[in-house]
Amino acid sequence: MDFNKDLDTRGLSCPLPILRAKKALNEMQSGQVLRLVSTDAGSVKDFEAFCRQTGNVLLSQTEANKEYIFFLQRK
Amino acid sequence: MGTTPDITLIEEIVRQRLDEILPKKLEETLAQMKANKTPSMTIIATKGTLDWAYPPFILSSTAAALGWNVSIFFTFYGLQLLKKDISDLKISPLGNPGMPMKMPFGPDWFKGINWNIPNLVQAGMPGFESFATTLMQRTIKNNGVAGIAELRSLCLEAGVNMIGCQMTVDLFGFTHEDFIPEVKEYCGAASFLPMAQEADVTLFI
Repeated sequence: MDFNKDLDTRGLSCPLPILRAKKALNEMQSGQVLRLVSTDAGSVKDFEAFCRQTGNVLLSQTEANKEYIFFLQRK
Repeated sequence: MGTTPDITLIEEIVRQRLDEILPKKLEETLAQMKANKTPSMTIIATKGTLDWAYPPFILSSTAAALGWNVSIFFTFYGLQLLKKDISDLKISPLGNPGMPMKMPFGPDWFKGINWNIPNLVQAGMPGFESFATTLMQRTIKNNGVAGIAELRSLCLEAGVNMIGCQMTVDLFGFTHEDFIPEVKEYCGAASFLPMAQEADVTLFI
């Protein structure tokens, strides 16, 4: 999937991945896509909730070797 | 022709029609109001130790990231969290049986041991609290958990409103100069309660 920005939050715990994502999205244009990698198992549920609440779109989430990859589209 | 319409019949028709329309209209209006309202949270932060510094700052920074309006009212020992330098916050395992006492270094089998140190020993050993705090800070770092100073500045950056309780500032002999300049307001219970009344979420920590 194409993306406009890549954010590595591996090794960071709650709530840092969400806070970093929010900051990155703020600097992006509407419709642009952020790719984010996290090792925080709680981030799966947290990003679903974050997108539900903020109106940004969670395009996909996948897991490989305990790394969680999210594609978020700025609203 | 020429007959006056029965007023009670008209009233009955109007009433029936209103009964049909109003509930739907009301539901739409309420949903719209809910969608347009920015959620808000107020927190009363009353603890001044390293462990208890986390919940107010984690919840506030996250709420701000979700687009909420957040105010924290710092009172009693919570005022410690507003001090300019918060690198010296401490944790005490003494009388805290819920706190796991594990070492943040060494092989896994060693890190897995829960050191059951009697209160009497903890209380009698000089510097035990500082020792425990050092271990806790190391554990925090090892786990990629944010430092308290970092979380606090993330909160401030995101516009979290921090308020000091004037009564406890006086009680403990602090001055406003002891605290970060971002604290714009010092007030009391009468100012906090109306804020909490309007908020969707209010927490006492």
